Amino acid sequence: MKRSNAPIFWLLFGAGGMLSALLGIALVFITGLAVPLGWPLPADSLSYPRALAFAQQGVGKGFLFVVIALFAWHAVHRIFHSLHDIGVHNGALAKLACYGGATVVTVVVAASLLSIGF
Amino acid sequence: MNRKAYVRPMHGWWRRDPFFVRYMMREATAVAVLAYAIVLTVGVVRLAQGEAAWNGWLQALRSPWSLLMHAVLLVAMFVHAKSWFEIMPKTMPMMVVGGRRVASATITRSGWAATAVASIVLLTVAWWLRP
Repeated sequence: MKRSNAPIFWLLFGAGGMLSALLGIALVFITGLAVPLGWPLPADSLSYPRALAFAQQGVGKGFLFVVIALFAWHAVHRIFHSLHDIGVHNGALAKLACYGGATVVTVVVAASLLSIGF
Repeated sequence: MNRKAYVRPMHGWWRRDPFFVRYMMREATAVAVLAYAIVLTVGVVRLAQGEAAWNGWLQALRSPWSLLMHAVLLVAMFVHAKSWFEIMPKTMPMMVVGGRRVASATITRSGWAATAVASIVLLTVAWWLRP
């Protein structure tokens, strides 16, 4: 019997869903509102040297990779399973677009973080 | 048999029932989570490309459209967390403490408490590390 790959996608969906439920609100507030507005965090909180140092150091690099990859895998899994509800056939093409998209995000983030160096 | 069978129109089916509206709102938060993941992906790519590229990304984040989008994303993240913790009692294995099943409201509240703690930790770290 062919083994199902569903548990892997489900696991990534669950982990990403939990992580985004825990961190999503604060992260969007910090990177999308507080720093760009310069309040309550200073506008230069994410200046190039600081952002670079964060992404070069192990904890920051790992955090960025885990957050971005799991958010993406959570989202595409949910979108894939909602396609039928909005009248889109969730066939092989849709599956390729969804999970392929998350794969692209994962690979691009990993490659960028590696090229940033340690 | 050449008669046309009646096919119930499915267009806008989820607007017929508040339960389905909540369901669709919950599913729609995935679009927000994906959008935010893409914003961060672009940020990491720009960071790897050097200072000018990174500053361009920061500049884009300061545009009114970006601020508006992140305000929407913030609301969507709240909806996501709320619905995630509401369905958590149904998706996680049954928890028994002291011979009694843990009430679903307790699990939902614990989830929110964890989010509150995680948010405070993130904001405090960001505040400590501020220039």
